[in-house]
Order: sequence, then C-alpha cells, then structure tokens
Amino acid sequence: MEQLAISDPLRVREQLDTTDKETGYRNLVKRGEDGTLSLSFLVSGVHCAACIQKIEGSLKAQNDIERVNLNFSSGLLALSWKGEEDRANDFASLVEGLGYGVKPFDPESFENTQKKEERFLLLCLGVAGFALGNIMLLSVGVWSTSAETMGMATRDFLHWISAIIALPTILFSGRPFFRSALKALSNAQTNMDVPISLAILLASGMSLFEVINHGEHVFFDSAVMLTFFLLVGRFLDFKARQSARSSANNLLKSIQGFATVVEGGQRRRVLIKDLTEGMIVSIPAGETIPADGEVVDGNSTIDTSLITGETLPNEAQEGAYVHAGTLNLSAPLKVKVAKAADDTLLSDIVKLMDQAGQSQAAYVRIADKAARLYTPVVHLMALLSFLGWFFVIGAEWQDSLLVAVTVLIITCPCALGLAVPVVQVLSIARLMKKGVFVKSGDALERLSSIDTAVFDKTGTLTYGEHRIVGEYDEQDLQLAASLASVSAHPASKGIAHSYAGELLKLDNIEEIEGCGIRGIYNDQEVKLGSRSWCGDAKTPESEHVEVWLATSSGRKTRFSLQDAIREDAQSTIVQFAKNNIHTVLLSGDRKQVVDVVSEQVNIDEHFAEQNPKQKFEKITKLQEQGHKILMVGDGLNDAPVLSQADVSIAPGTAIDLAQQSADIVFLGDNLSSVHDAYELSKTSQRMVMQNFALAVLYNIIAVPLAVVGMVTPLIAALAMSGSSLIVIANSFRIKFSS
Amino acid sequence: MSVLMYLIPIALLLGLIGLCAFVWTLKTGQYDDLDGAAHRILIDDDEKPPES
Repeated sequence: MEQLAISDPLRVREQLDTTDKETGYRNLVKRGEDGTLSLSFLVSGVHCAACIQKIEGSLKAQNDIERVNLNFSSGLLALSWKGEEDRANDFASLVEGLGYGVKPFDPESFENTQKKEERFLLLCLGVAGFALGNIMLLSVGVWSTSAETMGMATRDFLHWISAIIALPTILFSGRPFFRSALKALSNAQTNMDVPISLAILLASGMSLFEVINHGEHVFFDSAVMLTFFLLVGRFLDFKARQSARSSANNLLKSIQGFATVVEGGQRRRVLIKDLTEGMIVSIPAGETIPADGEVVDGNSTIDTSLITGETLPNEAQEGAYVHAGTLNLSAPLKVKVAKAADDTLLSDIVKLMDQAGQSQAAYVRIADKAARLYTPVVHLMALLSFLGWFFVIGAEWQDSLLVAVTVLIITCPCALGLAVPVVQVLSIARLMKKGVFVKSGDALERLSSIDTAVFDKTGTLTYGEHRIVGEYDEQDLQLAASLASVSAHPASKGIAHSYAGELLKLDNIEEIEGCGIRGIYNDQEVKLGSRSWCGDAKTPESEHVEVWLATSSGRKTRFSLQDAIREDAQSTIVQFAKNNIHTVLLSGDRKQVVDVVSEQVNIDEHFAEQNPKQKFEKITKLQEQGHKILMVGDGLNDAPVLSQADVSIAPGTAIDLAQQSADIVFLGDNLSSVHDAYELSKTSQRMVMQNFALAVLYNIIAVPLAVVGMVTPLIAALAMSGSSLIVIANSFRIKFSS
Repeated sequence: MSVLMYLIPIALLLGLIGLCAFVWTLKTGQYDDLDGAAHRILIDDDEKPPES
C-alpha cells in the first residue's frame, strides 16, 4: 500500500514537471578550461535501448553538442557543448519533450566517492587475480616434484619469481584490509581485518625469510590466494551495500530539484539544496514539499505516508508544520522554510540508515568466533608437536615435520567451516519454499537469539490498505469502484480494490482536489467524495473513514473503510509470547488507533505517535539494555530501525528501501511467516551447535593420535573428509524436522 | 630447464597484457554502466533514432 502511495504521487509529479518548463539548469552549467560547457542531470523513465538512442540521438542532432552520454544504471545524462550557457535549458526541455522526466543533479554528491571505492576494489582484485594466476603456474611445478628432482637452484629460482610477483601484489591489493585494520588499531579496537592482515603479512614475511635461506616452506601462493578470495568477498559485500545505499540515494534525489521561491511578489526557481531558513516556498497541488517548514498560506491535505507510514492524508492549515518529502495533495500552499534541505527529517532518515548499517557490521558470527579460537590452537598444536618430536624425542627434523603436517591436515577446520553454512543453506531453502526470503546467512543466527519483537502497525500488523467494511448494494459498489479507479487517493484505491467485478464506463470524469470525483453515467451526474461535498450531513459520524456516493437523483450511499488487522496477527503475537518473547508495537499513528490495535492483538507494550527518530532511539535504548531485537516493519519510517535492529523482517508489500534494509522478506498476507522463520532459526541454531559438538569430538579423538604419530597424512586426509561428511549428514536432518 | 628461462617471461608477459587491458577498461569507465552496455548492443550505429 505504502509502495503505491509513494509511487503514484511521483507519477503525478513527473507529469506536472513536464508541463512546467524548467529554467534553472543554466545555473548548473560548468565551464571547462577550453571553454567547453558541461552539464549533468538526471533523466527518469529510461527503460530500453530505444530510450537511450532516442535521447542521445536527439541531442547529438543539435549542432553545438560535442559529447553526450547517458548512464543507464544511474540515469545520469552528461552533456558537453560549446557556445551559450543558456542552451542548458533548451537541452533539458528537449529531453522533457521526448517524454522523459528530468531533474537537476549535483555531481559532487557522494555517488562519486562510491564510484571511486568500487574502482579501487576492482583494481585490487584485478591485480591480485593476475598475481594469483602466475604464481599458481609456478607453484604447480614446485608442488608436483621434489627438490631432489628439479634441483635446489631451479626451486629457488621459482620461489624468487613468486616472491617478486607476490610481495608487490600483497602490498598493493592488501590495502583495503591494511587500511581498515590500521583504522581499527588506531582507535584501540580490533576488527576482522586485523587477523587477516596479520596472517597475510606473516605468511609473506616468513616465505621471504625461507626464500632467502633456500628453505622449502614458501607460502606466497597461499598468501596471494587468501588476498584474492577475501577481495572477492569484500567486493560482493560492497555491491550489496551499494544497492541498499542507492535506494537511500534515490530518496535524497526526491529532494533534489527546484523549488519556487516567492520574494516580494516575484517567483524564482532555486535548487532545493540552496533553500535557506525563512524563505517562502510556493508548492502547487501534486508536488513534493521541498523542505521542512510552516504553512503560511493555503489549506490543503498532505500525504505523509513517506514519513509516518500512515496511509490517510492529513489536513494542513495555516500554522501547520510540514515535512520535506511529503506530498501536497489538493491545493496550493505557501510554506516558510524552517530548515535547510540538509537538515530535514528526510535527510535525517538517510543519515540514521548509514549509522545503523555501520553498527550492524560489528556483529560477530558464531563461525568467526569459532575460527578465531580454533586457528591459533591448531597452529600452536602443530608447532608443539614439531618441537616435541624434534627436541624431546629427538627424531629427525623431516619426521618431526611430517607429524606437524599431519596434525595440520587432520585438524583442518573443514568440519567446523561446514557446521554453520550447510545448516543455513538448508534452512534458507526450506523457508524459501514457504515464501520467506532470507537475504543473509547469519540473519537466522541473529533471529534465534532475539528476546524482543518490535512491530510496526500499518502494513505490518494491519494490511496497510483501507478496505471497505460492511455490506453494500452491488450496483452502488460497481459505480463507486468505477469512479474510484481513476484516482490515486488512498480511500479511492481502497474502494477500487474492494470490488473485483467489471468496471462501468463513465463520461466526463473529473477529480476535484479536496472534494472527490465526479462523472456522468446514463445521463446522470454521479459524485464520489467527502461528506461535505456530496454526503448527507444529517447522518451521524462514523468511527471509520467514510466516502459518499451521490447521484443526481438524490440517492446517497455511505461506504466505510478501515485498515483491517491481519487475520493471523493475534495468533502470531500469542505464539511469540509462548516463546517468552516480549512484544512491542511501535507506530507513527495516532494514540487512539494504536490503543485499539494493541488491545486487539494482545501485544505486551505499545507506543504511538513515534517519528522515525524516536523509533530509532527507542530501539537503541532497548539494545543498550542488552535486549536482542527483531524488528518487523514496512515503511520508509521503519527503514532506519530495520537496519539498526539485530535482525529485521519486512513484508513483500513494503517499500523497496524497507525491503532492502531488512534481513528477511516474507511474501503473502500471513504474518505467521514471521513466527515460522523464528521457529526454524531456533531449530537451525540447535543443529549448528550439534555440528560443532561433532567437530570438536572428532578432534578430541583424532588429534592426540596424530600428535603421537600413529596416523599417516593419507589416513589423516580420509579422517578429515569423514568428519565433514558426518557434519553434512547431521545438517540434512533439518529437512525432516517439523 | 633452460626452457624456463624464456617460458616464464612469456607467461608473465601474457598475464601482464591481460592486467593492462583490465586496468585500461577500468580507467575508461567501462564498468560504470553495466546495465546500459547490455542495452546498447542492440543499437545499430547507422540507424536513425525513432521519430517521436
């Protein structure tokens, strides 16, 4: 519902934009050293190759254009030409005339730093890939034969070449890890990159020492391979974050554009980011409000769904405070700017999301915890067995080394490494069949440890859509739905969605802002709208939202609409309560409504009239008290809390940004999916623990045998594979668990 | 083993050429608009833009 509420106003806005010829692009032109002028702006509505060709072709046909490039992914059109600066407006209106939306764009925004970061990672990855390929080529030779066959000199020669390739590569491509590790260390903290950097540097340092001393323990290949694979992971991680950020960016773009400022009776178009406190902005009906401020003139209704997540428009009269990003629905308004664009509630949401994204990265997965404990122990054990055999027992150094190698092989943490992912992959596959999509493997792990579940109201506990309640005459309903289908007003959509039959064809349909819709059917005028416009004033007020249908013959019908609670909302809350999970309702809606809903679903605690920042603070406070939080929400106002909570779930009807911030998305109307996911996460966590127990048990038996030299490396390899198989077999039990 | 003396430099050189090509594609921004490239392949250079 909220998705519709947002996309529709934008469509209205784009239509308005095209009729309203822009004149502000001249101010955005940049002059190059050789007199070339350049301009970038955003083009929306580009879908296919023909669109690219149409836009680029039409611009190229202009005589003065030198270069034109449309970036399909970002929708950014870059132009350069020689001559007049004023041509900027012509180019923009040319693209508009082709039927595309245009918006100004500030190239110094952070999309550029993103691009740089991406190129840097790709470059590191490319260099590491090249080095890996070449070192492996040499290593195959070294591994497949012994020093006796190929001769010491040849082996040293191959080692030296590996060193020459590997050392600069590691210094170059390891930078993402070194930088992050240094940053953490300089703050007296530690992160995953510290041990990674240490391992890479130690492996290369030791290998260099060995090469100089004609040794055989040269691990340049391993060091470079580690770097390469870690970089692949880092790059994929970056891409995933970028897609989340780009939706935050799109959000910011919605407040990029022009606003009409009224000064001493004169109207002037300025960039939204140049708005300052005290300016008077004029906002026509159908446009987004560019900045937070106070209404000084006009009387309109405002769609605040973007900010509060609530579906019904609010009234805005003189003196009312309105937020940037909300949509002026019915009549022109004049607003006195109270905060500059950088300071608005909308940019606060974007900032909160960034903040939350960073805090969640601090989560340490159980597999990492195990690996941190396990790896040093294994290495120490191998070292001790070598030293023990060499010095205490007095064996040959080759034999001592063999024992150490066996210990390393037999303890290879494959079983440990498999313990978590196999279970997670199987659980995720099982949930997917139920229409629940888990986006990251560790989401289930985090879900299993929650003790508090926080729900949003609209769109989460409720359907998020006003639907007709009560019984009505089929003909009235058909007539009302036919009229309502042309309007984007939430109440109209509710009526249109409540009727599944065929729609009637009406003539002269007209939407009157703030009143309703009217049209002609069978030579009769039909009206659908508010009580004051076409309703019966004598009928007592209803507790629900009401819409009236009136015909010119004098017949009046009232439709009641309500945002209904999901059928299984109550049972889901009860199930959570059975698991001893504290449930909280956190809504931006009015207190009376929230009280009623929380009563109906039996939720433990509820808070009404919360803005996104208050929601965020509430969650952070709970987390500071040591609670692990599951957040279920769907609106833009929930996006920061979805990112901040320990784990988050969004319904498939949620807006894109909420879906991207959430760890888990469920499809369909059943809220019980949330509880199903929780149950399965519990089961899978139990499996993970069993797997760990199995792996540890295996080590307790096998390692002492290896240390005392009772197994050969071959048997060790077999035993290791066996332990992995046992762990996998155990994990498959999750497929059959109830 | 003297064969290594020229095989290894050849292998390295080939790898280096690949690396240089990659760096060139990166610097000329060929990874900036991956979705656009998929569409642009459908456009014929000699074709006039469709009349709007």
